[in-house]
Amino acid sequence: MTEVIATGAPADHDPDTATLAEICAVACARAWEGDGEILASPITLIPSIGARLARATTDPDLLLSDGEASLAAGTWAVGDEPPLIEGWLPYRTVFDLVASGRRHVMMGPVQLDRYGNANLSAIGDFARPKRALLGMRGAPGNTVNHPTSYWVGRHSPRVFVEKVDVVCGIGYDTAKASGPTALEFLDLRRVVTNLAVLDFGSADHALRLVSTHPGVTVEEVQEATGFPLTLADEVVTTPLPTAPELQLIREVIDPKGLREREVRPR
Amino acid sequence: MTEKLMTEADVVARLRSGMTVGIGGWGSRRKPMSLVRALLRSDVTDLTVVAYGGPDVGLLLAAGKVRHLVYGFVSLDSIPLEPHFRAARESGAVTVTEYDEGMLQWGLRAAANRLPFLPCRAGLGSDVLRSAPDLKTVRSPYGDEEFVAMPAIRLDAALIHMNRADATGNGQYLGIDPYFDDLFSQAADATYLSTEKVVPTEQLLAGGPPQSLLIQRWHVTGVVEAPHGAHFTSCEPDYGRDEAFQKRYAQAAGDPAAWAEFEREYLAGTEQSYQESVGATA
Repeated sequence: MTEVIATGAPADHDPDTATLAEICAVACARAWEGDGEILASPITLIPSIGARLARATTDPDLLLSDGEASLAAGTWAVGDEPPLIEGWLPYRTVFDLVASGRRHVMMGPVQLDRYGNANLSAIGDFARPKRALLGMRGAPGNTVNHPTSYWVGRHSPRVFVEKVDVVCGIGYDTAKASGPTALEFLDLRRVVTNLAVLDFGSADHALRLVSTHPGVTVEEVQEATGFPLTLADEVVTTPLPTAPELQLIREVIDPKGLREREVRPR
Repeated sequence: MTEKLMTEADVVARLRSGMTVGIGGWGSRRKPMSLVRALLRSDVTDLTVVAYGGPDVGLLLAAGKVRHLVYGFVSLDSIPLEPHFRAARESGAVTVTEYDEGMLQWGLRAAANRLPFLPCRAGLGSDVLRSAPDLKTVRSPYGDEEFVAMPAIRLDAALIHMNRADATGNGQYLGIDPYFDDLFSQAADATYLSTEKVVPTEQLLAGGPPQSLLIQRWHVTGVVEAPHGAHFTSCEPDYGRDEAFQKRYAQAAGDPAAWAEFEREYLAGTEQSYQESVGATA
């Protein structure tokens, strides 16, 4: 059989070809920017692509789990085994890391409210929920101990509610009501959604719109949010991925294109 | 030296209704399922169950064995929501104490250290305090900080599953994560250890290094040889999770008629008949 050699031009990674999923993954990557030598803990696919991209580009010192109980070195594809193990990370060590503060998690809340309270536990009354979910998991300990970001794949008023039904991840208002110890290490960083990037950088730590993804208006984000948003002084457009970032995502981190099934074009 | 070999039925005969029972493993990983299945066949009930929950919790809930559940989460891992747990929560069939995952570990550690509590930040400001209204805070005697005083979670009994053990209760894990099985054993008045294979003490180190000997015999009351005993949860490296069977379990759990059929097919008989029927479907 004749060997077929590709002779075409290199794949086109022009930033203008970036999909919404790729824009979201890069916006997630930025959450860990400048974090140094800490454990980046992305939950679900898009944050995982983001964390691997961050380490491959801007933040080489980040530590990453293989999703089981090892720390993985290098850059590898989602769904694959990492090429190199550099450490042991059983759950007990994760708990130690949480308490030490040397971790930045990106979680996927079912509800998130104006001051950053997050719910993963139950919809409705806690004692007899309309819909029972996973439980608190690590959200109370994560948020009170170390930086926390959130990824919301479907920005809607059902997720962004005035007040969450169950406070798992704590927000700035509940922490303040609890006292200074709850506030000491509370550090809610970035919220990335399929529409926009938000943070809690306003004076009263209310959720603030920082940028909208290309083609999304401020009004659309507000309509998809169940409470009035604080706006940054200048709400910009979320930056497009660079060509090298696109190449890493498409050829190394997610060559199967799993991201496109998780974030559909609008 | 005292030999502690016994059967699943012997273990269950030592459990009493109303006890607080901790179950090792994590989600749908290395659960002492043959001991759980034996509990299902017994008349022991009204239990307080403490676990990083998976199908162990789901099966006990479905059988109406649980009065109160203490957990950080209940999940099947590859299937995020445990269907029986979800149903029990939504019908109000069980009362719960829902902790942060780290708090659960901390409560077991306090019990293991014979302390009434250990301070932690986790829980502050969250609805963990609403779920557990007895939870108190404590002020640092060295400063002004106010912490959650995580109470000791003392267990009447712990059930755990190890890859290998000797007849005196030295237990060995060969997978990558010990989970919290050692803490469960240290927090319990009696630990019952099931294992894939009972080996002579002199053969333990043939399987793995000394640090794989997670469970010390002075914590262990009974050793049960239970090959494939963690099925359908994983017991790496002996076997992975039986995903096909777990899927069947989860699908059956969603429908009363299908669940009755599942119970008849797999849970009504002995452990041996269970193993034969799941082996036949593998």
